[in-house]
Amino acid sequence: MTQYGFYIDSSKCTGCKTCQLSCKDYKDLDVDINYRRIYEYAGGSWQADGDTWQPSIFSYYLSIACNHCAAPACVPVCPSGAMHKRSEDGLVVVDTDTCIGCKSCAMACPYGAPQYSARKGHMTKCDGCYERVAEGLKPVCVESCPLRALDFAPMEELHERYGNLAEVAPLPSASLTGPSIVIKPNRNARPVGDTTGSLANPKEV
Amino acid sequence: MENESSNSLFHKAFNLDISRRDVLKTGSAGTLALAAGSIPLPFVSTGASAQTASATAAEERVVWSACTVNCGSRCPLRMHVRDGEITWVETDNTGLDEYGNHQVRACLRGRSMRRRVYNPDRLKYPMKRVGARGEGKFARISWDEAYQLLADNLKRIIAEYGNEAVYLNYGTGTLGGTVTKSWPPASSLVARLMNLCGGYLNHYGDYSTAQIAAGLNYTYGGWAAGNSVSDIANTRLLVMFGNNPAETRMSGGGIVYHLEEARQRSDARMIVIDPRYSDTAGGREDEWVPIRPGTDAALVAGLAHVLISENLVDQPFLDRYCVGYDERTLPEGAPANGHYKAYILGDGPDGIAKTPAWASRITGIPSRRIVQLAREIGSTKPCYIVQGWGPQRHANGELISRAIAMLAILTGNVGINGGNSGAREGGYSIPFERFPTLENPVDTSISMFTWTDAIARGPEMTATRDGVRGKDKLDVPIKFIWNYASNCLVNQHSEINRTHEILSDEDLCEMIVVIDNHMTSSARYADLLLPDLTTSEQMDFAMDANAGNMNYLIFADQVIEPLFECKSVYEMCSEIAARMGVGEAFTEGRTQEEWLRHLLAQNRRRDPDLPDFEAFREMGIYKRQNPNGFFVAYRDFRADPEANPLTTSSGKIEIYSEALAKIAAEWELEESDVIDPLPIHASTFEGWDSPDRARYPLQLIGFHCKSRTHSTYGNVALLKAAVRQEMWINPIDAQSRGIVNGDSVEIFNDRGRVHIAAKVTPRILPGVVALSEGAWYAPNRHGTDQAGSINVLTTQRPSPLAKGNPSHTNLVEVNKA
Repeated sequence: MTQYGFYIDSSKCTGCKTCQLSCKDYKDLDVDINYRRIYEYAGGSWQADGDTWQPSIFSYYLSIACNHCAAPACVPVCPSGAMHKRSEDGLVVVDTDTCIGCKSCAMACPYGAPQYSARKGHMTKCDGCYERVAEGLKPVCVESCPLRALDFAPMEELHERYGNLAEVAPLPSASLTGPSIVIKPNRNARPVGDTTGSLANPKEV
Repeated sequence: MENESSNSLFHKAFNLDISRRDVLKTGSAGTLALAAGSIPLPFVSTGASAQTASATAAEERVVWSACTVNCGSRCPLRMHVRDGEITWVETDNTGLDEYGNHQVRACLRGRSMRRRVYNPDRLKYPMKRVGARGEGKFARISWDEAYQLLADNLKRIIAEYGNEAVYLNYGTGTLGGTVTKSWPPASSLVARLMNLCGGYLNHYGDYSTAQIAAGLNYTYGGWAAGNSVSDIANTRLLVMFGNNPAETRMSGGGIVYHLEEARQRSDARMIVIDPRYSDTAGGREDEWVPIRPGTDAALVAGLAHVLISENLVDQPFLDRYCVGYDERTLPEGAPANGHYKAYILGDGPDGIAKTPAWASRITGIPSRRIVQLAREIGSTKPCYIVQGWGPQRHANGELISRAIAMLAILTGNVGINGGNSGAREGGYSIPFERFPTLENPVDTSISMFTWTDAIARGPEMTATRDGVRGKDKLDVPIKFIWNYASNCLVNQHSEINRTHEILSDEDLCEMIVVIDNHMTSSARYADLLLPDLTTSEQMDFAMDANAGNMNYLIFADQVIEPLFECKSVYEMCSEIAARMGVGEAFTEGRTQEEWLRHLLAQNRRRDPDLPDFEAFREMGIYKRQNPNGFFVAYRDFRADPEANPLTTSSGKIEIYSEALAKIAAEWELEESDVIDPLPIHASTFEGWDSPDRARYPLQLIGFHCKSRTHSTYGNVALLKAAVRQEMWINPIDAQSRGIVNGDSVEIFNDRGRVHIAAKVTPRILPGVVALSEGAWYAPNRHGTDQAGSINVLTTQRPSPLAKGNPSHTNLVEVNKA
């Protein structure tokens, strides 16, 4: 099986959210559904020195969709079998005709990928644009990125080109689900479990 | 921000449209009834991917269009259309996307164009005001009635007051268009119409660049050019003063992309000087230097002190190319020790040496960092020193813009590859002759920022006090306003509560015509509302991007039929021209498409490489690299200053400006306003050192919201949710006020009150709060804005020389709401 995955260059990412909005346009998503979420992680402090200030602060962005994990937490908890991992490309997809909208997958996923659509009455999530991929295109988000900070390819290729990093704060440990992602860290990146910063935009993700 | 009356109109229209278009299969009627509030797409709800699966769906067409708003970039959009509806928005997908022949990729806003076209706020048919002005009560009228009402009032006002009583307000909603071009207003179809009818009161300057345009005019002569952003590939050190392309020029063919590509090539160190830890920094900077707003000129003076003291200035450059650096090039009429070197070393009139310690106290930057910075800048060649337009948008912004340029001048980085003039980055553009708008018979001009004064007290405004040009004083107040593709009537002009008072008096300005797509806060103040087509509903050419070494033209074809009763600005102006008796002269017998064909044919005669109409239409985007490589500002002047003088009066770079010395002596200025022949630092009203900080301790600055271009796209629900409107505040200032992240806060000063959520973030200097400009003003019944519209808090007091908007010079207090 070919396992496809995303490359995320956090050193280039300016948090512009074009990936998120191009996806929302293409997939016609409602306001509260984000297949791709852009996490702003920031922290640090300021020291006063007389009339002056010295910052010791950081921030960076991480654009995360579904990571189409090797061991997806959402699949085994699905009571209807709607959530499944495709054998041909490794993408994790919900069969919307079967899904009963119980939200078990949403509770199990440590990345917040599956989201319930009240309008549609079932779970929804990033499907890796598998129809586009089958046509030889990349997912809409990847082709939209103004800074060319996203890529999508078989994981073997991504590992060869970009290495093996699949976790930085505020993501959970990659050991939980084996996310099919490779991250190029921002210079400001902090390790998983970091407590010196916090998620700066909780209402935007 | 929508008013109730207009919403109810839209609700009615929805229901009609929903039944007509039969999209009920995608949701219950109840869901659709909520569309105005929660679902931003009232007309079509089947997504692209859902339609792909539908075997019965009609064939999909792809039509090239564009996003023509005022971000400084300009993007092609590939509209996917089915059954006459836009189903999704793609962008440039041509070629292999290799830098230099790269794809011009639209940002999140362009990708959301569908939600702007099918927006519940769309103006649907002509309307006239029936309530008090600004109340938002309108009645639907026919186009014929609208044209007649407009022409009757225009004739009456011209007859009664003369053409100088007619004003074309600043508006940049469609500045990237050709037929639809809204800025500069003198290049718009409204100007062509008015020029055939005796003319109108001109304005100069703009809300983006008033102070830098006025200031650097005296340094370099005219609009100060900058090296191409692509030329950063040739530099060793990049120093950014308040320049933030990641939040202002976000296109994938625009400045932020060029910056990144160029830096990958040069590996130049990047120093970002900004009160905010911007997204341009964000881990890409080598050093972030937070600075108090309005103090950049003090930082430069401190840097200059080190450069001069440590012999790091380029003395041969200063001697040959500049006026007024030291006694050697000081003009004869200038006072002794009136030169720059004396000002810096403390030998000038104020007797203060501008040491790093002096600058440190003002800027909030530690002295040792100023010294290090000066040594790095002084010893690294070439050095690309560039300013964004935030530093100059202050009450002392003319001086600041000149001071930042001074750093490039002192170090001799002007006119060379990898250097810069200290002005904003430049680039390459493809020359293209536009729609002829004819000559304005009226010479009189005011600063674009002073139009509210020209309504309230026009005949009191003079040349030497208010910057009136072309005449010693205004003779008549503004009585008629054309407000085309502009939210500057209310939202984007400073001090909204004062504007409201002035516009509310219907005896002052007698007629306000708003031509726009949506019920903006400005549209609410119209007497006559004319619904315009979006770019998707008409044919146009889009251009004028800031795009480094590769520029482009976009064929923005008509994608869908006009919605509702909307008409193009070309048709509107043609009909009004006919009623003014100049119909034939206005159209010259051409339709909109015939004009586009005509303009392209004309341009092809001059530039045969341009594609013909049909080829251009097919390719959608025509790209061209700068045939001369990297653009270097003032390269010819540097090569031979005698043969290629600047357009300043001396022909040289004027560090000391005799013209400014004369203005400083002659103009009537308000207390604390400073015009100076040298690029000095000056304190201002509501600055960091103002006594008013006892009452209003926080400096408030604006910035650009990534989900809007100024106010455009500000009514798209998906974008509002993607980047929330929030006031940035440092944890130190938040903690002392009991504010935690996400709290609702009140921001206030003597001019107004705003309620908005706080973003408590270490990414801003203590003592400073920031609110992105452009949120759609939404007052509650007490007049407190609920949207986070910064212009409730900004002032209409203009800057001294440009008479421009000091949008970032504000003092406020913030409380938990």
